[in-house]
Amino acid sequence: MSEPLGKDLLGLEPLSAEQIRLILDTAEPFKEVSERAIKKVPTLRGKTIVNLFFESSTRTRISFEFAEKRLSADTVNVGASGSSVQKGETLVDTARNLEAMRIDMVVMRHPSSGAARFLAERIQSNVVNAGDGTHEHPTQGLLDLLTIRDRFGRIEGLKVCVCGDILHSRVARSNLWGLTKLGAKVAVCGPQSLLPRNIEDFGVTVFRRIEEAIEWADVLNVLRLQLERMNAGFIPSLREYYRVFGVTLERLAAASHELVILHPGPMNRGVEIDSRVADGPHSVILRQVTNGVAVRMAVLYLLAGGRPEQAEAAKRGREGGE
Amino acid sequence: MPGAVARTALLDAHAITRALERISEQIVALSGGTDRLVLVGIQRRGVELAERIGALIRAKQGGDVPRGALDITLYRDDLNEIGPRPVIGETRLPGNLDGKVVVIVDDVLFTGRTVRAALDQIADFGRPARIGLAVLVDRGGRELPIQADIVGERVPAHAGDRVDVLLTEVDGRDAVELVRGSPR
Repeated sequence: MSEPLGKDLLGLEPLSAEQIRLILDTAEPFKEVSERAIKKVPTLRGKTIVNLFFESSTRTRISFEFAEKRLSADTVNVGASGSSVQKGETLVDTARNLEAMRIDMVVMRHPSSGAARFLAERIQSNVVNAGDGTHEHPTQGLLDLLTIRDRFGRIEGLKVCVCGDILHSRVARSNLWGLTKLGAKVAVCGPQSLLPRNIEDFGVTVFRRIEEAIEWADVLNVLRLQLERMNAGFIPSLREYYRVFGVTLERLAAASHELVILHPGPMNRGVEIDSRVADGPHSVILRQVTNGVAVRMAVLYLLAGGRPEQAEAAKRGREGGE
Repeated sequence: MPGAVARTALLDAHAITRALERISEQIVALSGGTDRLVLVGIQRRGVELAERIGALIRAKQGGDVPRGALDITLYRDDLNEIGPRPVIGETRLPGNLDGKVVVIVDDVLFTGRTVRAALDQIADFGRPARIGLAVLVDRGGRELPIQADIVGERVPAHAGDRVDVLLTEVDGRDAVELVRGSPR
């Protein structure tokens, strides 16, 4: 048996290539579950999962919720507004109160980098990071990897360029870790103001012009430009950004080869991506959304059963095949 | 593998083929012909056995018997105890099972827990008129009230023994072997 995942999924940085492959391979059979007339398996029956979202999210929260329900877990959604968090309760107190109600897992999104680890070290339940500040968004990184692997049959040796706001993006960070661990050649492209300093130390190529990135890459992962960045002065205007960095049909047509386009959503059409690209044959954006449910099912399944000491004890108690 | 383990051959390739021929005939009798018959193999070796049985029925009766595969991992009742399986195999069922005669095919019948899980899983795909069970080897040791309709070979094995079914498609050769008190 390959290396288990351990108690939590906090990011792709702490995982080995083997562990990442285990999650992707486990996601494969879960794709089929969502294609059935009865989209449900009893695997996590009796487990209680709390989705603790301190930041707004539609896609990720719904995707986790589908994953949980299709595994027959019981789920509770807790948001920051309208909960005790608004009354000033600390994160640890919130989590401990939930744990006192005998939950098994927490899926958490939080505006602070490192919040997932902070929580994981203080509660016994499994913790899945659904995005913490600008740190990591591991399940998004995993679903991007799965989507790329679906299309090319491999990750190793592919040229993947992550475009846009690298500086503030947890999606970018999880992508860079996952892609480099699985042996892809990785580049980034975006305005200087939105690239982290010393990004080259990450071992990635930096493109200043989107045309160069398009000519080089097999895959573009086009990040969402967070509109509040414009007010903060990182870019002059949205129109200017589209003119210089927009992934347009004309730019893709000018490349000497076909590209595959990913976007983690929600898209700003006409800012980072041309509508004709988003809806065109290059795009695997909806495939990403479908794969997101399968990847999250795989993560929940692996964490739920991933108590190696329990597994060992049980194995000693039973012998023989079947 | 630590220690010396005693391996006893129970069936050779020839005996396996003969057992599968008998099983094929009994399956056709059980389903009253092949019109409504669907063979569903349990991953992994049950799937190969279902393929072989399908080929034997085709050779004798003509016509293709629809075949499916089940991986029952997600329906197990012991996720907490044994931990997740490394890789889950494919589940694919040929169309709607309503009104069909589904025969589950597996290599070894032991505790019955795999079959229990397979019954649950099939129920999520439809309502067959009848579900039967055919196994190459029944080794005893049931933990649930489940019995096979069709058995290739009965092998009285002890609780600590292992019965290995080896198939050319997976293991490079055909054999059924008893491994005495194997440490695992």
